[in-house]
Amino acid sequence: MSSVTARAEARAGWAFVTPGLVLIGVFFAIPVLGAFLLSFTDFDIYSIGDPASTRFVGLDNYVDLFRRPLFWTALRNTLYFVVVGGPLTAVASLVAALLVNSKLVRFRPFFRSAFFAPWVTTLVAVALVWRYIYHPQYGPLNLLLGLVGIGPIDWLGSTTWAMPAIIVLSVWKNFGYNMLIFLAGLQSIPEELYEAAKLDGAGAWHRFRHVTLPMLGPTFVFVGVVTMIASFQIFSEPYVMTQGGPLKSTTTLVLFMYEEGFRWWRLGIAAAIAVVLFLLTLAGTLLQLRLRRDRS
Amino acid sequence: MSGRLRSVALHLLLVVAACFAAAPLLWMVSASLMHAGEANTSPPPLLPRDPTLEHYRALFSSLSLGRYLLNSLVIAVGGTLLGVLITSMAGYAFAKLRFRGRETVFRGLLAGMVIPGQVAMLPMFLLLRELGLINTLFGAMIPVLAPIYGIFLVRQYAQSIPDDLLDAARIDGAGEFLIFRAVVLPTIAPVLATLGVFTFLSAWNDFMWPLIVLSDDARYTLPVALANLAGEHVLDVELMMGGAVVTVLPVFLAFLFLQRYYIQGIMAGSVKG
Repeated sequence: MSSVTARAEARAGWAFVTPGLVLIGVFFAIPVLGAFLLSFTDFDIYSIGDPASTRFVGLDNYVDLFRRPLFWTALRNTLYFVVVGGPLTAVASLVAALLVNSKLVRFRPFFRSAFFAPWVTTLVAVALVWRYIYHPQYGPLNLLLGLVGIGPIDWLGSTTWAMPAIIVLSVWKNFGYNMLIFLAGLQSIPEELYEAAKLDGAGAWHRFRHVTLPMLGPTFVFVGVVTMIASFQIFSEPYVMTQGGPLKSTTTLVLFMYEEGFRWWRLGIAAAIAVVLFLLTLAGTLLQLRLRRDRS
Repeated sequence: MSGRLRSVALHLLLVVAACFAAAPLLWMVSASLMHAGEANTSPPPLLPRDPTLEHYRALFSSLSLGRYLLNSLVIAVGGTLLGVLITSMAGYAFAKLRFRGRETVFRGLLAGMVIPGQVAMLPMFLLLRELGLINTLFGAMIPVLAPIYGIFLVRQYAQSIPDDLLDAARIDGAGEFLIFRAVVLPTIAPVLATLGVFTFLSAWNDFMWPLIVLSDDARYTLPVALANLAGEHVLDVELMMGGAVVTVLPVFLAFLFLQRYYIQGIMAGSVKG
């Protein structure tokens, strides 16, 4: 290859990546840096009219934030959602994948599609459906539970049950997606490993425990990281179903950020919440990658 | 357990799980066809006694759902076309075109994938205000125009294009853009279909960003309009279910007809990722 064509190729390379890089730079990289800067200022509704009035306030927003009980409530609610909802989704997806992947299954594509269908739906729309399902008086859920003698529960009106109700909605919505990832993982396990284990006299449980689970290790890490990053960002579910209530029991970090930023126009404080969200996501991701490295 | 018994137990479990997945969606359709107030009776009816389209008529006439549907379509279709074009060019260049700094830039992009999109939203709102893009459909499209995961997906796929193929075209005197259009695009078409389906889905279903950027209700997308409607018509369950059906239907149809692209894309992305 001559140096002329090599130069033409390099020029084309930059030309091809430039539109994407410019968009990512202007509408993602710069705003992310901007969020850090903003979090050290007192940017508020007055600054929107007159940006020059914004002052640098150092760490005041963070100090302020850490003193507010609502911040800790939102953090606790978000972690509750991440720590309970994440593993529940992972387990539900793995079970679904194992069932669908069984050699005995008939109509496999049908079941696979049925499980995957909730994932493609619009969250706002299905959150409204679930809001009705949870209705204390007319909701189908209480009707079903009533049949087995469990008395009507005001799911979304109770500080105890509102977050679990949101978690069930999100497991329902997301398990099909992770099921596909687990299916891909299951199908990449060489059949010989199972044959060998069978020859050694391993039963079904043993084969699952000593062949399937270890071979799915990387898949668990992938599902874990993706689910966790998405879970930290939970916003629409509480926004539509509970507006963060009752008594702030479903106010998450992003919902808190939205209200501070776009309802009260305290963008400085809201940016500090965004930075906390970023650090949490980063810490969670690094932790899971570390776990993966330690194992292998 | 005998094989037959195990098979029956397995299918029983599968049917229960499929009901769990499908019931809310089926009920949404059923309730949207009930007369006003019918869903709010105890015990809740499973099927409409006397199916009616009155809520759909109300949604499209007095509640101007047609306009929101159009906004959603413009954002999702426009965003998908632009996004797929921009992303496929970048993904191909990162995979196949040799230029200095390529690996460094790509690693930088990958690192950016762990940053939640919401971190950027507050400054982005201020930026769009300066640019006069608040309340525009283009402003609402921005998040899908250059998704990093898309660049990653295309790059993975484009790496399998043989260098000889590209070099042969160069020796024939074809320019890089012609090569991209005539050789690369047809080769990577399957991954572009996958990417297109995903981009359409995420543009259509997005809620938080359009909620922030579109404040004028003539510009609302379906999810934003629906959330707004749900606040005003708390008690009109049947009407809201109609709105939910209209919102979900386009993505659901896309799913039914294009599901192999979804499934391939998710499975491929995860194994390599």
